[in-house]
Amino acid sequence: MSGLNPQSRDIILGRIRRALGTGDDEVQRRVAVQRRLSAPAPGPIPARTKGTRGELVQQLKTRLEGLAASAEIVPLPEIPARIADFLKRNNLPAAFRLGADPLLGGLDWSTAPSLSVAHGPARPEDEVSVTHAVAAAAETGTLVLVSGADNPTTLSFLPETEIIVVRSADVEGSYEATWSKIRALYGDRNMPRTVNWVSGPSRTGDIDQTIVLGAHGPRRLHVIIAED
Amino acid sequence: MKPTSAAFKEQATRALDDSDLQTALGRMRTHYVGSITSARERLPEFEALRDAARDIKNHTLAHLDLYLEELERKVTEAGGYVHWATTAAEARTLIETICRRANARTVTKGKSMISEEIALNAHLEKAGFKVVETDLGEYLIQIRNEPPSHIIGPAVHLTRAQIEADFRRHHKHLPAGRNITEPVALVDEARQVLRQQFITADVGITGANFLIAETGTTVIVTNEGNGDLTQILPRIHIVLATIEKVVPTLEDVSTILRVLARSATGQEISNYTTFSTGPRRSGDPDGPTEYHLVLLDGGRTEILASEFREALRCIRCGACMDHCPVYHAVGGHAYGWVYPGPIGAVMTPALIGIQQARHLPSASSFCGRCEDVCPMRIPLPKMLRYWREHDHALARRSDLSQRALRLWAWLAQRPAAYHRASRVGLGLMRLVSGPRGLPHWLPFTKGWTRHRDFPAPEKGGTFHAQWAKRGRRTS
Repeated sequence: MSGLNPQSRDIILGRIRRALGTGDDEVQRRVAVQRRLSAPAPGPIPARTKGTRGELVQQLKTRLEGLAASAEIVPLPEIPARIADFLKRNNLPAAFRLGADPLLGGLDWSTAPSLSVAHGPARPEDEVSVTHAVAAAAETGTLVLVSGADNPTTLSFLPETEIIVVRSADVEGSYEATWSKIRALYGDRNMPRTVNWVSGPSRTGDIDQTIVLGAHGPRRLHVIIAED
Repeated sequence: MKPTSAAFKEQATRALDDSDLQTALGRMRTHYVGSITSARERLPEFEALRDAARDIKNHTLAHLDLYLEELERKVTEAGGYVHWATTAAEARTLIETICRRANARTVTKGKSMISEEIALNAHLEKAGFKVVETDLGEYLIQIRNEPPSHIIGPAVHLTRAQIEADFRRHHKHLPAGRNITEPVALVDEARQVLRQQFITADVGITGANFLIAETGTTVIVTNEGNGDLTQILPRIHIVLATIEKVVPTLEDVSTILRVLARSATGQEISNYTTFSTGPRRSGDPDGPTEYHLVLLDGGRTEILASEFREALRCIRCGACMDHCPVYHAVGGHAYGWVYPGPIGAVMTPALIGIQQARHLPSASSFCGRCEDVCPMRIPLPKMLRYWREHDHALARRSDLSQRALRLWAWLAQRPAAYHRASRVGLGLMRLVSGPRGLPHWLPFTKGWTRHRDFPAPEKGGTFHAQWAKRGRRTS
């Protein structure tokens, strides 16, 4: 399926070339573009992204708390029990939905027998979801999730409460470091259908410039930073 | 929407007399500026990031044709469709055609300024589709049938009481006795009403904050998560963007994202930054099955060829209007089209013609705050001056201001006459001044004195007289 007017593409590109006055520097321009795309160079990286893993984990937690999320650092096997605690503490049903994520699926859920677990993409009636972030950037308290059967994207937007699990080994300082992880997983110049950066629960300031949580996405975000 | 920028003066006067608007603007003046300043101060690298962001866009614009070709290649490789549109009309028809082929009934929308620019909603509604804006601010102005008054806070001109009245009028199916005076209750109501629309929509249309050539990715930045529900629930996701939104790499977009939210809302980052590449993949249990990118020129190539090229670096954060004394006084609607504030005063004449928008570049005190806060370092005052020069060259000879300027020029070249004239003028002003300065009945001064005092000149004579008396000392 192409545009209505097949000429539009060439008209626009032609107008751009005329506006830029390009001519015999064509080879040089193409080399500059290919070089930039094949070896992406970072800009200024904020100093706050440097630190030991422990410091970055602490920074991530503090920043998330500043964004109206809650966060805790727990040993990996304790995740089911902590989720049960969190749901009880917040008067939420002991039921949630998750995808086919191997890390989450590999946990021993029998340690929290009260929990009822559903699988697959979110449905409108789901109240709680549990997802696994492939990385986090401590610099702004940002979790990085990727689409797919392991963690369907709808889990991060339809339920009122989202619990995101991230391994402490995946906590990075900068956005750029999280892109390195994505490139390692999907290959250079390749992306999953969606990469979602989540930095706190959904909010709006559209009424009286008063911040209200839970505009359309989750009202409540809890992050579990898991240490192996 | 049909631009009314030609009536800026009348619209500005009405805005100054609108007490609801002045209440809303009063809140905005203090709120945005403080949080933006502190967000910038919390990041020591902010100035270096501004330089880098400017350089990224300059490089991209200088290679725009090549990056667009790469973008197209990568989107297509990921299974998406790229459609090129030279004009707004072409973009509207393209989107209508995609909706028709899908047998769509309901279309949900994430916030998109380009959609406002091309008046997409009106077009789709006329074609028989149900169109629902899902960003809360956009939803509010949609049910009020108004244009946005701010780039990132489209309903910033409204008070809570007005919103309550609109909801009562529009949500007739809900109990009349419900309590929706508090913002929390209003947001809850919007959430419930819109949730149903998200679930039933056939097509979701979003804009794009960025397009990434490296990977063929479109990026949206939101706080509500509405853009995500718009694009992951329906069968079809259409992205509408103008050509200057492209950046080369993921690293480049990361640099610009570090200055965007800090300049827009004073957040360190917006809640949701979403990178979308093509339709759902095999094995994906959710996401759209079709993905379309509509790339619109819409006058951008003309701007690229002009002295206004640097305005194409704009990332639509809104910082220039948040800090603009003129915007603070009259709000966004007075500007008469979709882009208000300093960037609107530069873009509007370029997009609808200077004849239609000749007052906008003059609606500036040249205080320079817009340029100081622009994360992309766009020289906005310089561009407003370009437009004034263009307008001056086009202006009609009978214009009163032209004659006044000629008289002033004549006097300025004759120092003795100039001194005499200013002495007489000063004497007259002192003679007619009351306790609050110049009276409002004076000819030619109403524009100033109606909403502000014009203090009576102090004793001591004209500037020249005082200068001479002090022996030309500067202290």
